[in-house]
Amino acid sequence: MVILKNLSTEELYAPGHRLCAGCGPSISIRMALKAARGPIAVVNATGCVEVSTTIFPYTAWRIPWVHALFENQAAVASGLEAAYQSLEEQGKRKGKVDVIAVGGDGGTFDIGIQAISGMLERGHDIVYLCYDNEAYMNTGIQRSGATPRGAATTTSPAGKVIPGKRGMKKDFIGICAAHGISYAATASIGFFSDYIDKMKKAIEVDGPAVVHVIAPCPLGWRSNPTETVKLAKMAVQTGMFPIYEVKDGIYKMSLKPGKLLPIEKYFELQRRFRHLLKPENKNELEEIKREIENNYRRILKLAGEQAA
Amino acid sequence: MSRKKVESSIEGIIPYSGEGSTITIEGGAVCTQLGCAYTGDEAVAYAAKQSNVDVVAAYPITPQTIIVERFSEYVADGEVSTKYLPVESEHSAMSACVGASIGGARVFTSTASQGLALMHEVLYLASGLRCPIVMAVVNRALSAPINIHGDHSDMMGSRDCGWIQLYAENAQEAYDLTIQSFKIAEDKNVQLPITVNLDGFFISHSTESMKSLADEDINKFLPSRTPIYKLDHDSPISIGGMALPEYYYEFKRQQEEAINSAKPVVKNVGNEFGEMTGRKYGFFEAYEMNDADVAIISLGSTSGTVRSVAKKLRANGEKVGAIKLWMYRPFPTEELFSIIKDLKVLAVMDRAISFGAPYGALCSDISSILQNRDSEVKVLNMIYGLGGRDIPTTTIQQVFEESLHTAKTGEVKQRIKFLDVRE
Repeated sequence: MVILKNLSTEELYAPGHRLCAGCGPSISIRMALKAARGPIAVVNATGCVEVSTTIFPYTAWRIPWVHALFENQAAVASGLEAAYQSLEEQGKRKGKVDVIAVGGDGGTFDIGIQAISGMLERGHDIVYLCYDNEAYMNTGIQRSGATPRGAATTTSPAGKVIPGKRGMKKDFIGICAAHGISYAATASIGFFSDYIDKMKKAIEVDGPAVVHVIAPCPLGWRSNPTETVKLAKMAVQTGMFPIYEVKDGIYKMSLKPGKLLPIEKYFELQRRFRHLLKPENKNELEEIKREIENNYRRILKLAGEQAA
Repeated sequence: MSRKKVESSIEGIIPYSGEGSTITIEGGAVCTQLGCAYTGDEAVAYAAKQSNVDVVAAYPITPQTIIVERFSEYVADGEVSTKYLPVESEHSAMSACVGASIGGARVFTSTASQGLALMHEVLYLASGLRCPIVMAVVNRALSAPINIHGDHSDMMGSRDCGWIQLYAENAQEAYDLTIQSFKIAEDKNVQLPITVNLDGFFISHSTESMKSLADEDINKFLPSRTPIYKLDHDSPISIGGMALPEYYYEFKRQQEEAINSAKPVVKNVGNEFGEMTGRKYGFFEAYEMNDADVAIISLGSTSGTVRSVAKKLRANGEKVGAIKLWMYRPFPTEELFSIIKDLKVLAVMDRAISFGAPYGALCSDISSILQNRDSEVKVLNMIYGLGGRDIPTTTIQQVFEESLHTAKTGEVKQRIKFLDVRE
């Protein structure tokens, strides 16, 4: 298991990029690259990480990196992996390169999901990493299929009639696992050791693997930039974002918080949820709490465990 | 699929040249001493096979399917060392081609119609990232209404995507141009993607006699790709970063420079191919243009029909000529101007409508080069053959006759005409 002491000190992701102070996705990328076992190449979807790390003529990437479009990272990665394999088999190049496709939640849950499904079905040896900050933050905080119910975004505002985003977060890992892949996991940048371990496992798998990491966005969550890591932990501890692995179809909890933290504690640190704590939205809050708990129990059950 | 030599004598179906004639199967095609019988699609698949492609990523669409079916057979039978990605959409097909190309591979794909339209944004990515991908576009009409037959609406809809665009007249040209395309696209001064266009069904599904080349000759003509930049750990680079207003324009200007640099390369490669095969290529083929008063310019399979009508009219003493444009982008402005400048009338055949525009796409290009040079040439635009509507010799004859009338009288009845349509 990864502990701080044995964590690689090599920084493949250089400082000086233009992501915000307290940016969760930035932390998620730095940590993910600590899991590298050798040569690595990243295929990055359009999004905050991409636009802020490679503003020409600068780059924050000390490894081979490519950005293509918003929705095709899984397909570009498929082609890159196929090229490396083909050239290696013909003796035209040498050395295994681990290909990692990276997308935000919008590029993953919504516009990119078809290409991801294709990549998983064809069995490419690629790690797909989704950094999830729960909305289209790069374009100005619009709701995505990963935005939790009730959260206010610029396209799901908390209005007089509709209290924020409708519908629950998609079960992305469930969708990936249903492709019959060997490894899929959720993680949190609040639990770095667990997250990097999962990235290592994903890289070691011979075939497609998926890691879905919660990475708070202070700008979009309207939270204090000093509390990014704390919020990433609380997302797990409240049952909002359970962390678990699905290995060859078998679910296993990575952290079982025992008694869940009250969701209000998590909501009150983020202004995107502020309206839910008002008396007029009491019923909505109760329904959200029930949905979160039901989802948490569903995952526990899949992992063969009982709720505390 | 059988690749064995089979003794046969199927008289009346396959050219048979006496006793002991051997029919062989080559790349899926039936061959005799006289040549091989290929459909256009089969010819392209065979050319891609012989070009030693490292990666193919494709999605099936009529009338391109035979290309991907044949190639899948080559892969399934272990006849190629290509990685074949049967992707889940054309968008992903082109995306995977971009990934493979920046990984250093020689890459091929093919599509048609809606497939090309679905690729649209990725086409710009491929040219912007300077990926020398070769793509056969089996030209087909665009929906709606849905129609699977041949016209040029698909490629004309993506004409500004920064790709080099070649058009074939028949299976032989589709084969020849596919092989040349790798050499053009991968040239160090070009590094751009390229399309070989062949008319859906008219070329893709028609069986013709064609001469293929020996593998050894192609290997000599077309060595493995040597990428200038590639994504590899030896020298890590970032590809596809963000260029804000202070840099973006320079990238695009360089891209324009690159596609114009393809012109001498297309010419040289066409000459070299000609030396090897006796079939020389370039920007266009000029038929009886030296003293012509009127001419028709066209793309693709129609060019054969035009040439045969021109030949007939020449026999009757009419000073007519024909131009078959092989290379549509980059547009051979100066070279084309030099052979049309002394014409009285030029009829321009467009197999696509540019809705609401003064002319079809090809005619707009030609009009603009003439206008800029104060030319006296009168231009007639003929829109024809949409959705696979046949273009018979009688219609081409009418076009010539109308052009000759205009040459004689100076009268232009219609600047743009829609041929053979119920109105």
